[in-house]
This record gives sequence, structure tokens and C-alpha cells, in this order.
Amino acid sequence: MRIVLEKREARSKTVTVLVPIISFVVSLMLGSIVLGLSGANPLSTYGFMFKGAFGTWIDFTETLVKAIPLLLTGLGVALAFKLRFWNIGAEGQFIWGAIGTSWVMVFWNFLPLPLLLPIGLVMGMVAGAMWAGIPAILKANWGVDETLTTLMLNYVAILFAEYLYYGPWRDPDGFGFPGTKRFPQEGWLPRFAGRAHYGLFLALAIAILLWFLLSKTRWGFEIKMIGKNQKAARCLGVSIEKSIVVTLLISGALAGLAGATEVAGISHRLQKGIDMGYGYTAIIIAWMAQLNPLACILVSILMAGLLVGGDQLQMMVGLPSSMGLVIQGLLLFPLLAGSVFTEYRLKIVRKVEA
Amino acid sequence: MEKSSVSTLLKMEGVTKRFPGVIANDRVDLELHNGEVLALLGENGAGKSTLMNILAGLYRPDEGFITIRGEKVSIHSPQDSMHLGIGMIHQEFMLVQTMTVAENIVLGLQDLPLIPPMAEIKRKIIELSDRYSLKVDPDRFIYELSVGEQQRVEILKLVYRGAEVLILDEPTAVLTPQESRDLNGIIKTMLSEGKSAIFITHKMDEVLSFSHRVQVLRQGKTVAACKTEGTTPQELANMMVGREILFKIKKAPYRPGEPKLILDGVTVEDPTGRPVLKDISLTIYEGEILGIAGVAGNGQTELTEVITGLQKAVSGRITLDSQDMTNKQPLHLIKAGMSHIPADRGAMGIVGDMSVADNLVMKRYRSEPIASRHGVMHATKIFGFAKKMISFFKIATPKPETLVKFLSGGNIQKTILAREIDSCGGVLIAVYPSRGLDVGATESVRNNIVAQRDKKAAVLLVSEELDELLSVADKIGVMFEGELMGIVDAATTNKEELGMMMAGMRGGNA
Ligand SMILES: Nc1ncnc2c1ncn2[C@@H]1O[C@H](COP(=O)(O)OP(=O)(O)OP(=O)(O)O)[C@@H](O)[C@H]1O
Ligand SMILES: [Mg+2]
Repeated sequence: MRIVLEKREARSKTVTVLVPIISFVVSLMLGSIVLGLSGANPLSTYGFMFKGAFGTWIDFTETLVKAIPLLLTGLGVALAFKLRFWNIGAEGQFIWGAIGTSWVMVFWNFLPLPLLLPIGLVMGMVAGAMWAGIPAILKANWGVDETLTTLMLNYVAILFAEYLYYGPWRDPDGFGFPGTKRFPQEGWLPRFAGRAHYGLFLALAIAILLWFLLSKTRWGFEIKMIGKNQKAARCLGVSIEKSIVVTLLISGALAGLAGATEVAGISHRLQKGIDMGYGYTAIIIAWMAQLNPLACILVSILMAGLLVGGDQLQMMVGLPSSMGLVIQGLLLFPLLAGSVFTEYRLKIVRKVEA
Repeated sequence: MEKSSVSTLLKMEGVTKRFPGVIANDRVDLELHNGEVLALLGENGAGKSTLMNILAGLYRPDEGFITIRGEKVSIHSPQDSMHLGIGMIHQEFMLVQTMTVAENIVLGLQDLPLIPPMAEIKRKIIELSDRYSLKVDPDRFIYELSVGEQQRVEILKLVYRGAEVLILDEPTAVLTPQESRDLNGIIKTMLSEGKSAIFITHKMDEVLSFSHRVQVLRQGKTVAACKTEGTTPQELANMMVGREILFKIKKAPYRPGEPKLILDGVTVEDPTGRPVLKDISLTIYEGEILGIAGVAGNGQTELTEVITGLQKAVSGRITLDSQDMTNKQPLHLIKAGMSHIPADRGAMGIVGDMSVADNLVMKRYRSEPIASRHGVMHATKIFGFAKKMISFFKIATPKPETLVKFLSGGNIQKTILAREIDSCGGVLIAVYPSRGLDVGATESVRNNIVAQRDKKAAVLLVSEELDELLSVADKIGVMFEGELMGIVDAATTNKEELGMMMAGMRGGNA
């Protein structure tokens, strides 16, 4: 008896939906092994995490706070992945978004105060777009591999931000605290509950808009063509170079907007700790949502819950808060392995007469 | 266990295979004897590839069973199939482009040690290629090889694995006439060693010269199985289609108009700087079909790609309607009315993971009525347009939403043809347009191309079949080693003259 993989005749829709769900369950199971090894009861720990993230309205608003940047970066990554452009640089683009916004908020004193927020957010998007534009242009014109460039540019961005808030941008009245001056209050992104700010509705609207653009417009049609058969797309008159650059500018702008809303809505300054790793979690979100912008909404709330729930663990059970991150990391394996089953199925074979 | 020479080697009984929306095989029986070639015929979408894929372990039958030498077998995977001595060359090659010939040949072998003894493997490959005169260098990469050479690699792969039953799915569709004859020789050698073969083709002359018996499928059912001897091409064609095939083309008299597409001294180099297209000058007039003959790999691909903007000319000039089109982007040429039926349909002609409907609008999605001025695409318009095209060009697909990659080979080709002929605005570049089509579809494609010419289009038709060129084209140019050997009048030339030019002799008005 042995087990073989048999190719499916058609890609299964049900499996496409099931894979992320099952992957999530499997990663929880793998996580429970880790929990067990560190002496905790997995079930009650997960219970704590769930309660911590979704138990009360206030907890839930904290989950939403994290879901905003996760959703925006997730959308950016999913968009690039649709083109098969492996943008793993959302982290760097996020940081540049934060830098761009902070620059306007702190240094553009000449702006009328009501313009601070809109112009600040736009500048964040421009900065993120610029940071994604570099690898896009390198790839489009000289075929430079984007996984390497986007990844390396993350470190450049992190170090540059560090240079700014430790160096020239440090608040002179901040008692040495690594961060800029606080933004003028008029520039803050208003909040609607707890720390949850209106960036949430911006992100939701963008998710819906992106879904529409990708599934109903010429632009989305071309992205699909390029992603699924670049050679044929070229033959049919699609400019690959232009599409890569345009799409990546948008991808970077979304990650940049995430960074922008984070500083304008939460920290109100550029400060140490801005590199939260949202840009990496975004990769998991994009995969788990199977690159569908609407699915990204649900998945980013789930992921945010995992992060918030993980934070609660530390307080309530004394486990390290990184437990949420561990489970997130564990997600990727069953997810990647699981996608095999959209194309293949398992079959148990008794015996083969030869 | 060995019986007399007509013993049955392999038998399929009552095999049924359903796909969403179609019954690809409907209670099919098939028998293969020791040491024979069975030709499997049928229209595009009749279920030939599906039936063979079942033997190759890619699909499982829903009903029916398979016996080999009288023993019932179940085939769950290509490995099982290989262990039973069955080897298949698929319609679309399954080679890894970025690996070498030798690596491809041993890829997937289960008893291979962790570090394969490449020297020994190469020795064995060379030995086998000498024995069957399958000339190919084991160290070359697949992407460096012509289709003919790639096919030799596929055959070598099978003999390396010791296949006893060879299944060849339209092996000659991509071959030159000479390569086809070579293949015939290779198969004969294998038969003399006691191997057997099942051979799918749409070319009647090959059926007669290659095979001992024929079996004809129509819409998944067997409609005939008989000895090859005593049948005629006409009979076979009628059995396949279920109606009379005329093998005739309706063509208006040749009345060329203004010069439409002009190439003047066009030269193309490959990435290493070697000229692959040398100083080509030609003119195609409105209402004219210029045929291009030549053994594959003599610059035809480069010629069509430099015209369609996919390759750059290093010197020379291309004009369309007296406008300079040298090294313009493909989109620019498409907007100027150029249609292109590429040679490599899987890689360049379609997006397999998108639907038939989407593929059909890939030339029209830029403008109304498919898309609004603001770039929003109308699903209902796409659907309606696709339905019209599917019925007009007789594309066999369960639904317009079916992914193109699930269509039969011939119907994939029809999808490309439909899109390009429909969107043709004055220039049609057609490369092997009837490749892989059944006789009925071939007839209709040729008529469609002629219809474009009669509507004053300038047509460039690259073909390996001289009969096709002689009956469809108005003028024929012959290419040899990247050069144009001359252009002759299709009405007055003959195969001998063309053959000489294909071998490198200048002729006509060069
Ligand atoms: N994987 C699949 N999923 C769904 N339908 C399929 C699949 N493979 C084949 N079919 C359908 O089964 C039918 C038979 O296809 P098949 O490829 O066997 O035809 P064929 O006789 O080889 O034709 P051709 O001469 O064009 O290659 C077609 O209608 C095709 O659309
Ligand atoms: Mg076929």
C-alpha cells in the first residue's frame, strides 16, 4: 500500500477555500505542541488568546488597530504577487510611508493646519511608492531579481529611519528619547473607538476598490494575463515593463499608506519601534487570502487577533508575547504545502500489478 | 507466456471518462497487438488524448478496465505506467526548459541514486541515440533545442526507461516533413525490436504510411476500427467527421492592390550577435497571401517576430501602409491592424489559466463594446461575444468560462485562430495555423485565411506543408539559413522547385 498524488482534472474551488482554513487549524495544532513543550495548556492558552483579541469591545478595537496596517500592507503585497512580482519589501515601504508623513507633519510648518493630514498621508504614499519603484524599475529594465532587492531595501529603510529619529530628526526637547517631535494635533488621524482610527474605513474602502479594479477593469485583466502567462501577454500587446512599474508603485503606495496611518493615527511621531514587522506578516496575509482583496479583510483581522492575543498571553499566563508570532510563522508551512492540493489529490493505492 | 506474433498486448474495455460538462470517452474499447502501430484518429476534442492519458497514468477512468498481456492492471500515476512499459509523448512537451537533455531524461526515475552517475547516464544516452539515430547532445539545455530536437529527447526519455508501448500524441504536428520521415524510421526500428506504438495524428498520409490498424473516435465513442490496408484518406476523413470533406478551397482570383507591408533589408541577430535573419526584403500587397516555405529553424520565427514587434531588427526598415513600423511595440502594430497566430500556441498564443471567453477577447478588451471608455469590462458583453465566436469557429468547449488549458489541443488552436482572424485589420501573420487541427477544421481555417485575403488583407503564411502553401498562397518565398532564397508564383511553381530552394538554391526573383 502506498499514497500517491493524483493530478486533479480541474482546480478545485472548494479546496481553494478550504486550504487556508485547514492550514490555520494545522498551525494551531503545531502551535499547541510548542505550547505543550513550554509547559502551558494549549487549549486554555488559545482560549486566553481569543478572549484577549475578541473578548471585549476594547480588546477588539486593539485588534482593529493592528488590522489596519496589516490590511493595507497585505493588499499591497497581494497586488504585487498577482503579477508574480515577489515584493517582500512591504516592511521597507511601510517605514518610508511613516517617514514621508512625519516629514510633512514635523517640518512643513508653512502648511495651513487642516491640510496637514491629507498632505501628510499623500506624502506617505508617495514615499512608499518610491521605495517600491526602485526594485520595479530595476526588474522592468534590467531583469534584476526583485526578491533580493525588495528584501535588502527593507534593511536600508529601517536603518535610515533609525538614523533620522536618533539623529537629525530627534526631538530636542525629548530628553534623548529616540523619536521626532509629536505631530500637531490637527494632523492626527481621528479615532472612533479606543485607539481605532478612521484609517480602518480608508483601508476597507481601498480593499473593495482594489477588488473591483482587479476583477472588472482592463488594468486587472492585464495583471491577470501577465501573472498567468507573461509571454502571451507581451505577444498580445501588453507592456510588461509599464505594468510592473505602475502596479508596484500602487503596491508600495498601499504599504506606505499603512505606515502613514500608523504614525498619524497611533504613535503621532516617528519613533523607535516603527519596524513592527507588519510588512512581513502581510506576505502571510496575501497567501492566506489567496491574493483576493476581499479575503484580505478577514485574514488581516484574524492575524491582528493573533498578535493582540499573543500580547495578552504575557500578562495573563506569563508566556512570551511572541507566541502569536510563532503561530503566524507556523501558518506559512501548511499553507504552502496545502496549495498543492488545489492541483492534486491524495489517493491511497493498495497494490499495483506489474 | 510468449504467444504468436498477433497476440494482444494491451486492451482497454468499456473505458469511460467524464469531465465537468463533457464525456470525453464513452465506453471505448481498444486493442493493441504485439509489434504493431495503431493509428488513433478523430476530430479535435474527440477524446484521443484523454484516452491515452489514461494509459499514461495522468487520468483515472470513471468506468472500464485495462489489461496488459491478459492481466488486469490499475494505473494510478505516470510511474505505474512506466513500470508497465508504457511511455507517452504528450501533445505539449513536458520537458524542463532550464535543465540539460541528460538531466531531463533521468528526471523522475525512482531508482536513481542521490548523486546520479552523469557520465554513465550520458554514455547510455549516446548509445541509445546511435541505435535509433536520434541525434542529440546530452549536455545541451532544452531551451536551446528546436522542437524537432526536443521531440527526440522525449523519445529518448521513453527508450531510456525501457518503454515497450509507445504512445505518440500528434508527434508530427510540429515536425518538418523530413523530421516526420525520420520519425517513421525510428518507429520502424523500434517495431523490429518487438515494441508497439499508438499514434495520434490528423495527417492521412501518415496514417497510411505508419500504421497497421486504425481506430476512429467521434465524440468520445469508437466509430470504426479496421486494418489500415484498404482504406483511403477520403474514407478515413469522412468517418472522423461524419460528413463529406471536400479538401477544397474557395478562392477569388488573385487581384493584388497597393503594397501593404514592406520589409527592406531587415536583419535580426540572436543574443550572441549571430545574424539569424539576413537582409530580408519583401513586399506583401493588399489582397495577397505570401507563403513562406522552408525547413523549420531557418529564420521563419525571427521573420514573423520582427514583423510583430517581438524581436528587434538591427538594421533595415519595416513599413506598414507607408508608415515606419521598425522596432515598434507589439501594441502599436496591433492597433495598426496586425494579427498574429504564433507558432508556439501554449506559450505565446493563450493564457491557459484564463477562460475561453477571456482568451477570445484578448484582442478586443481595450475598447468598446467589451470595455467602457473608462476601462471597465462588461462581463455580459464578453460572454455574448465569446458565445458568438465559439459557435462561428466551432470551438468545442463545455462552457465559455472553461479554462482554456482544459480544451483539446485542436480547440486551443481554434481559440487563437478565432481571436486573431476576428480582430484582423489588414495584416495577418499566420504561423503553422493548421497545426494540430483535424481535417474539417483545417479546411475551414484555410478558407478563413483566404477570406481575409479576399477582404484585401495582406497575409503572411508560414507553413511546413507544401500542399497547403500551393493551394492557399498566391506567392511563395523560401527561407534557408536566415535568407530568402527567392519568391515564386504559387500558380506556376512546383514541389521540386520549392524543394531545391529549401535546400539552399536561389530561385524565382530573389
Ligand atoms: N482536464 C480536463 N478538464 C476538462 N475537460 C477536459 C480535460 N481534458 C480534456 N477535456 C475535454 O475532453 C474532450 C476530449 O479532449 P481530448 O484532449 O481528449 O481531445 P483530442 O481528441 O485529443 O483532440 P485534439 O485533436 O484537439 O487534440 C474535450 O471536449 C476537452 O474539452
Ligand atoms: Mg489531443
